[in-house]
Amino acid sequence: MRVRSGKGGSEKSMATATGRLEKYLEAYGDLIALRQERDPVWLRQLREEAWARFFANGFPTTHDEDWRFTNLAALARTAFSRVAKGSVAVSAEQIEKFRVAGAACQLVFVNGHFAPELSAIGNLPKGLEICSLERAIDCGMAGIVHGNAPDGCAPTGIEQHLGQYADVRRDVFAALNTALWEDGAYLRIRRGAVIEQPVHLLYVSAGAGAEIMTHPRTLIVAEPASQAAVIEDYVSIGSEAAFSNAVTELVAGQDAVVSHFLVERENLGAFNVSTLRLEQARGTNVSSHSILLGGGLVRNNVHPVLDGEGAECLINGLFVGAGRQHLDNYMLVEHAQPQCSSRQFYNGILDDAARGVFHGRIVVYKDAQKTDAKQTNRNLLLSDNARIDTKPQLEIHADDVKCTHGATIGQIEEEQLFYLRSRGFSEAQARNTLLYAFAAECLDRMREPAAREFVEGLIRERLTELVRSRKTSALAAPAEDNAHGEAQSWEEVG
Amino acid sequence: MALLEIEDLHATVDGHEILKGVNLAVNAGEVHSIMGPNGSGKSTLAAVLARRETYQVTGGRVLFDGKDLLEMKPEDAACEGLFLAFQYPVEIPGIGNAYFLRSAMNAIRKYRGQDELDAMDFLPFYKERLKLLEMDEKLMNRSVNEGFSGGEKKRNEILQMAMLEPKLAILDETDSGLDIDAMRIVARGVNAMRSPDRAFLVITHYQRLLDYIVPDFVHVLVDGKIARSGGPELALELEEKGYGFAEADAAQALPA
Repeated sequence: MRVRSGKGGSEKSMATATGRLEKYLEAYGDLIALRQERDPVWLRQLREEAWARFFANGFPTTHDEDWRFTNLAALARTAFSRVAKGSVAVSAEQIEKFRVAGAACQLVFVNGHFAPELSAIGNLPKGLEICSLERAIDCGMAGIVHGNAPDGCAPTGIEQHLGQYADVRRDVFAALNTALWEDGAYLRIRRGAVIEQPVHLLYVSAGAGAEIMTHPRTLIVAEPASQAAVIEDYVSIGSEAAFSNAVTELVAGQDAVVSHFLVERENLGAFNVSTLRLEQARGTNVSSHSILLGGGLVRNNVHPVLDGEGAECLINGLFVGAGRQHLDNYMLVEHAQPQCSSRQFYNGILDDAARGVFHGRIVVYKDAQKTDAKQTNRNLLLSDNARIDTKPQLEIHADDVKCTHGATIGQIEEEQLFYLRSRGFSEAQARNTLLYAFAAECLDRMREPAAREFVEGLIRERLTELVRSRKTSALAAPAEDNAHGEAQSWEEVG
Repeated sequence: MALLEIEDLHATVDGHEILKGVNLAVNAGEVHSIMGPNGSGKSTLAAVLARRETYQVTGGRVLFDGKDLLEMKPEDAACEGLFLAFQYPVEIPGIGNAYFLRSAMNAIRKYRGQDELDAMDFLPFYKERLKLLEMDEKLMNRSVNEGFSGGEKKRNEILQMAMLEPKLAILDETDSGLDIDAMRIVARGVNAMRSPDRAFLVITHYQRLLDYIVPDFVHVLVDGKIARSGGPELALELEEKGYGFAEADAAQALPA
């Protein structure tokens, strides 16, 4: 029983779909009532159009090619509610452990609402403007321009960019977010500014007994020749299932150098759909690093459009799943201009009955000559019940391009395990070392030391947990099988 | 009591019996060479002693320094002082040589109740051993065996042995694929490690290596059993006459 697309569906399935979407309708109603007077016309129109798209289509099913490997039935049947601002209290102590050492500033959002009392903005580096998106919209409506507001609110440039890149026609989650977002972060990095330390955006789900949903919206505008790094970090407080549906639009002006980090470390009941849309002008160098360690059902969409000559994009990722986690990575790289390069490197580690998906689509348009696109997805399956679906998809309309892709699936090699043990490493230490080496490949591609160190710590913690749980779970039978069976050799599937 | 005592050792791989009753005693301070044709069980013997789990021991016993070796896991055997130089050293991408070696040394030290080495204690020792084996210091920061030539891999095995200072070192065809210069370097590394407290089991196809590492005893393994034992002169005899004569001996020995 899935929510069906309304189009062509019977009356009954239409009714079911509407029934399932009731909570969303309710949230939309509340939001319109709340924002009617405060949103500018262009934003109201954006929301209305997006809502119509979402409501007409509902959630996709596995019949949809883009969702073939990810069943959304559990998400669709859960009645998530919107949480009013301030209805769940979160203390500074609860946030403390989520801080990133060496961050330039930290904006904290609780259940989708900006929490200034938990945030640490301090003295912002020169050239960085940052504020909550809702506040920026309100300032814009009140006619406040940058510099007038005591909290550094910076409304300039939002109308020009917000909602201009995320595709609400193709992507129902982007549509749902565009209709229902209440807050998020707005960053503007001024022309030529170099922000050395990363900006930390912490999105906290704290259900306090209820199944809640949030639709965080982030807009990052990096003006020409600027440089910055942003960490978008999703965490849970408590064990309730929450649905986070985030959309981030990152606009890189000519020659800007920007790194974006997505860190998913929510609880195992969480549903997390995130969409990162990168708009790259000429000569830009943008990196997307996705580190998926938590969450129950996770869909990570990364969608760069290389829309200026000589733009470069790195799409780097690691996903680590255990138990019944489902981690789906959907990459769509559009090469629209000549001389651009894109590099995709995704490593997956899956244990127990975890499932991973890597869908890497590269589109090279007719004018995008001399495109250099590369895609690599390597996976380590630690249990017989773990599963990965990896699907490269190249669509090339230009004739002078270089596009390669490759995917591998394997187990921890018995040879390597024995080699380490023969030198005195305990089995757990050997396993942990090998897993870490595989996972740590993504770290070598991160150029910001503070962000890299932060991610490194998270990976270590996650892998230690994974190895420890294997040791205690009935002697990890599949690992024993691997030692004797079809273990070793990577299987070429690409 | 001998450092290593092997009594009537039987072992199988995938149900095939490879070792069919090996008897061997190795005292501390001795170098024993095991020779024999392909498939005679030389590498299986090395793997069983290093406690590789893909081999099943079906009979016999092995005492290592008075302890039951067959009860040990590979890491326990290593910590007790057994070292295997692999015939095919394994590449481990993502793990640096220096990190790997220091972790190995510390695992062994911890097992023996010694303090762990920090980088400051470790580095001078490492550099000195690198020099002994004429290896480039740059290799330190590279991943274990990754992108190493065949000769570099074998030298890296001997380097590890020199760092871990085992009681018993088993060299599994360390000479195969080495040119004469690399073989001299490997032999020099081994000879530098010879001591009254340490024994070597040198597995090889060729007498050539034994010109450089002169053994005290030579054993010929044929069809899973030691067919002949003797002094270094046995290796020369084998080189001259081939394994056929040892096999014939073994066949004659059977009825008795």
